[in-house]
Amino acid sequence: MSARPAAPAKASISLAWVGLLPFALFAFLFLILPTMFIVVGAFRTPEGAFTLANVRGLFTPSILAAFWISIRVSFWSALIGCLIGFAMAAAITVGRLPNGARSPLLTFSGVASNFAGVPLAFAFLATLGRVGLVTILLREWFGINLYATGFNLLSFAGLTLTYLFFQIPLMILIVTPALDGLRREWSEAAQILGATRFQYWRMVALPILWPTLLGTLALLFANSFGAVATAYALTGSSLSIVPILLYAQIRGDVLGDPHLGYALAFGMIFVTGVANAIYMWMRARSEKWIR
Amino acid sequence: MAFLELEHLRKFYGENEVVKDFNLHVEQGEFISFLGPSGCGKTTTLRMVAGFETPTEGVIRIDGRDVSRLRPNARDIGMVFQAYALFPNMTVARNVGFGMKVARRPKAEIEARVAEMLRLIGLPDLGERYPFQLSGGQQQRVALARALAARPKVLLLDEPLSALDAKIRVSLREEIRAIQKSLGITTIYVTHDQEEALSMSDRIVVMNAGVAEQIGDPFAIYGRPATRFVANFVGQLNTLRARLVDPAAGTVDLGGQPVTLGRPIPGPAGREVSLAIRPEAVALGALPGNDVTIEAPVREMNFLGSVIRIKAGLGAELVSLDLFNNAATRPPEVGATVPISFAAADVLVIED
Amino acid sequence: MKGNRFWAWSALIFGLIYFALPLIGMTEFSFRMRRGEYSFDAYRVVLADPNFRATFSYSVTLAVLTIILSVCLTVPTAYWVRLRMPRWRPVIEFVTLLPLVVPPIVIVFGYIRLYNTSSLLPLTGTITGTNALLVAGYTVLSLPYMYRAVDTGLRAIDVQTLTEAAQSLGAGWFTIMTRIILPNVLVAVLSGAFLTFAIVIGEFVLAALLNRPAFGPYMQLIGANRAYEPAALAVISFGITWACMGLIQLVTRFSQATRASR
Ligand SMILES: Nc1ncnc2c1ncn2[C@@H]1O[C@H](COP(=O)(O)OP(=O)(O)OP(=O)(O)O)[C@@H](O)[C@H]1O
Ligand SMILES: [Mg+2]
Repeated sequence: MSARPAAPAKASISLAWVGLLPFALFAFLFLILPTMFIVVGAFRTPEGAFTLANVRGLFTPSILAAFWISIRVSFWSALIGCLIGFAMAAAITVGRLPNGARSPLLTFSGVASNFAGVPLAFAFLATLGRVGLVTILLREWFGINLYATGFNLLSFAGLTLTYLFFQIPLMILIVTPALDGLRREWSEAAQILGATRFQYWRMVALPILWPTLLGTLALLFANSFGAVATAYALTGSSLSIVPILLYAQIRGDVLGDPHLGYALAFGMIFVTGVANAIYMWMRARSEKWIR
Repeated sequence: MAFLELEHLRKFYGENEVVKDFNLHVEQGEFISFLGPSGCGKTTTLRMVAGFETPTEGVIRIDGRDVSRLRPNARDIGMVFQAYALFPNMTVARNVGFGMKVARRPKAEIEARVAEMLRLIGLPDLGERYPFQLSGGQQQRVALARALAARPKVLLLDEPLSALDAKIRVSLREEIRAIQKSLGITTIYVTHDQEEALSMSDRIVVMNAGVAEQIGDPFAIYGRPATRFVANFVGQLNTLRARLVDPAAGTVDLGGQPVTLGRPIPGPAGREVSLAIRPEAVALGALPGNDVTIEAPVREMNFLGSVIRIKAGLGAELVSLDLFNNAATRPPEVGATVPISFAAADVLVIED
Repeated sequence: MKGNRFWAWSALIFGLIYFALPLIGMTEFSFRMRRGEYSFDAYRVVLADPNFRATFSYSVTLAVLTIILSVCLTVPTAYWVRLRMPRWRPVIEFVTLLPLVVPPIVIVFGYIRLYNTSSLLPLTGTITGTNALLVAGYTVLSLPYMYRAVDTGLRAIDVQTLTEAAQSLGAGWFTIMTRIILPNVLVAVLSGAFLTFAIVIGEFVLAALLNRPAFGPYMQLIGANRAYEPAALAVISFGITWACMGLIQLVTRFSQATRASR
């Protein structure tokens, strides 16, 4: 980095890659190598031979159930987050609301999308837990016993509801610039050609936004699929989702086999990887019109 | 009854009145241009016709029907925007067919009409391209085809050529005019380029600060500007100050030389009057039909290609005149005194 | 158009209620410690807890170290890619976005296995080593945000011309970096830094699995054993997050103001 730049152009071109070395080394040591190590470990016996037994070990009812509930929570929180976030972003961009609504909502989204993890779980416990504010108010004002209706914060529904707290703002942050990118002339051209607002959204605006929406969906999915802290602080180990299972495995080797832990981690990468592959495939199909 | 009628249109943005008592009757098949400087309210007026802005006061009628309160999608209007505004996610063919598709026309009819429109704009083979694969000029043609495909009653164009480069602008404006004539569609064309307005229009509306200063055909606008603003805005103009000598005979003193216009000029003798004359109405040397000839020294000479623009002094003022660049005749030298001539009838007396 | 606005308001209000309730809930809960009346008791207990102070200052230290490391990595790299290796940009961008796809728990699992006491680089064997590993992990987590912020900042300036101008005046790389590039992307860097701070302060899984006494695991511990203190902690961390975002806005607005007045 401190080499004199006056070196002849030829030498500096052939040595240009040296400038990337620190970053490449760091990324290799602390991102790529650890991930590779896990992935490779998932296909190895403790002695180092190739095996599919670890991955096959995932196919037990309890682990499959954990994957299934994780996927469901992630999918629904991503999908609902996308829908609500989109509606709110649309409200402040194309919804003709007073200008004052926009900036506070974006700032708040910045805060809320980062208000995840342990404190978020506390907030929801204080609100919808057995002695939480909303639970009490529902009981005292409306005579509704929330927990008698089968609701439980420490469940699929509760976790999804909690995850939405960071999913929705993330969606708002990502999709607002995309909505701003919709040019007014497109909507006007559609209108003057006879289209209703609904037709404009269906035939013009949504297809244009589609790649962004898909990408955000994939991102939100991965975002909640890997989340440990919120779920752990909320449910302890009582709700068996994959990241919590893996957490317990790393802490105490509850599965009795470190290589099954590798397989579990590999399964997580596999799921988020598949989600992203689906996204890229759908994006490539829908994006012929982008240069 | 005219086909498109704008009556007593006014538009306020808050306190600011940007269109003031605008009246215009357009006949079926007519090509009208709105011409005026930036910010004079051309777009606002056009958007009121389209339905994107609601007039504060006034009525808009198309074919006898009051459309002032109708939504844009119920007005049966085609529009071409400045920056193309093609839908980027659709092919050219689907862009052109969009209006018919939302009207739920049969597929075969849409296809036939799209093919016809693409032939009309001279791009029959580009139906499967996406907008980003087209040049600016091609995109604007497609936008025109899209606006016309559903057979609107009125076509509106808001500076459709201003994003294109000069050569394409000229060829495309001729094409737009030819298509407009062949379809016979009633058209309003917004521009701030006077050459465009003069060359394309049946009639021109010259606007200034929300007011229609003059409405007339290109000859009238150019040759008989009604106000000083129109005279200055449209075309090159020599404005000269002169002293009135004989109001009844129309004689003025122009830089020390008497000039008789042959029509009465109001006002007392001795007052200052503003005269104007187009550069092309002034000739070097005496010319048959030019009844006024005066002597003037050549002060400047600018070579502009096919023409040479000469500036000659008349007292303290300069008058520009254009000389066709002809290799056979030599232009005069700077400093030489030459006779210049013009027809008294071409001199405009401008009242302030 | 009226219907349109109705839906806009409905969406907004529905969302606001959803966001407001947990915030109100946790705040109200945090005041409930004393029976029958609202009080700040929970905050008093939390703030007086020496473990609170210890873990909080530990996390702040780590956040600062993370920011420094992250800036040192991303600024020269993003700059260099723009200046000399534009063809590598997609690759670098892909790598910086990886932490959004590979869950943090997987990454830290890799660390534990890769850098344990019996490996070539036994980082987890010493406390300093583990701390370093934690900073490295946090830096990885911050990469997507930091790199994007810096790269966006660099897009706004003409890297090529600035560099050539500086070189023609005889500046070396270090001078170019610290005197020319960094000041020009300072706003972007600060935005990334505050965001990183907000992420690191409450981070749980890396610190917990590397067994370091950070604020995240401390909060989790309190949550498992106490009733009202967790709500107070949630309010405090919400405040911290809010402060970080507020600082980002402030910095951005300030820089826009100075740029406009220039
Ligand atoms: N939405 C609006 N709110 C307030 N004022 C407006 C609005 N739209 C236009 N104006 C004002 O109305 C006036 C006329 O604007 P308009 O766009 O019609 O001008 P124009 O003749 O089309 O100019 P240009 O040639 O630059 O396009 C301008 O002074 C403009 O500032
Ligand atoms: Mg305009």
